[in-house]
Amino acid sequence: MDALHEFCLRMGDNTLVLGHRVSEWCGHSPVLEEDIALANTALDLIGQTQMWLGLAAEIEGQGRTADDLAFLRDAWDFRNLLLVELPNGDFGQTMMRQFLFDTWHHAMLTALAGSSDDRVVAIAAKAVKEASYHLERSAGTVIGLGDGTAESHARMQAALDLLYPYYGEMFAADATDTALAAAGIAPLPESLRASCDVRLRQVTEEATLTLPASSFAHSGGKTGARHTENLGHILTQMQWLQRAYPGATW
Amino acid sequence: MTTQSRKPEWPLWEVFIRGQHGLNHRHVGSLHAPDAEAAIRHARDVYTRRNEGVSIWVVEARHIAASSPSDKGPLFEPSESKVYRHPTFYDIPDEAGPM
Repeated sequence: MDALHEFCLRMGDNTLVLGHRVSEWCGHSPVLEEDIALANTALDLIGQTQMWLGLAAEIEGQGRTADDLAFLRDAWDFRNLLLVELPNGDFGQTMMRQFLFDTWHHAMLTALAGSSDDRVVAIAAKAVKEASYHLERSAGTVIGLGDGTAESHARMQAALDLLYPYYGEMFAADATDTALAAAGIAPLPESLRASCDVRLRQVTEEATLTLPASSFAHSGGKTGARHTENLGHILTQMQWLQRAYPGATW
Repeated sequence: MTTQSRKPEWPLWEVFIRGQHGLNHRHVGSLHAPDAEAAIRHARDVYTRRNEGVSIWVVEARHIAASSPSDKGPLFEPSESKVYRHPTFYDIPDEAGPM
């Protein structure tokens, strides 16, 4: 089914691109404990990528693997949200991005437990445990830094102002989403919005942060229509080895 | 300038993990964290990556009262000569099984 294939690419590209972004912190984090935590998160996300892109490759049925999809597609074939391809910024910005993503990701994976497709249920069941921990950690960090010093508060508010316009894309539906919902495979994206908004309000309030008034939302990532310029830069780094040494293994 | 400005550091926490088959929490190491919740999250990320634990305790290191190394003699040496405190003078009946 074409819609399910597209859905697996969207889920897998989200975790692939965010996993790569988070892995960029490895060895550069502000403290050792956060360095290990970020690396763990990146590895969780890459592990989930193997499952989603593995299923996408299986549905595609052309003999490609999850690795082929990750390392041999170009930017216009990627279906990740714009949010996850944005640069890391400072540690606070990285954790704000993580929190916004985790809020949606956890809600989505929880809903997928009721999917009509057993393969989707199996992937979601494994991933949701990781996502629950990611959310607990990113929400805790957003609260700690938001309600921290004047410096950390200002940085977290700036991060929220910068990233909030990328929050809405997670709840925007297109024909693929409608087809998936009709087949009982995945929930309509907007059906997740109310519970995500509640969490977002709770956490930002506890973090003494102010949600931007404008609900303007960038779009174009999950449909592949219009990625930001950042995605191409990620791919040149992430894919260079397979591009320079095609078929290299170790 | 002889004085150096030091950044405030997060407090030190001692971490205790109860393993898959262990009954007791064992001290596994320490880490820095701003508060207890973050310390538990850090402990999870630093010390249970390889499936080591089923339960975590953290305690801020400053709350641990420790014996002084210089008191080692008075504290511990008197017990060296008191072998009768070891229960090695009993015959354990076979029926009792391993003790």
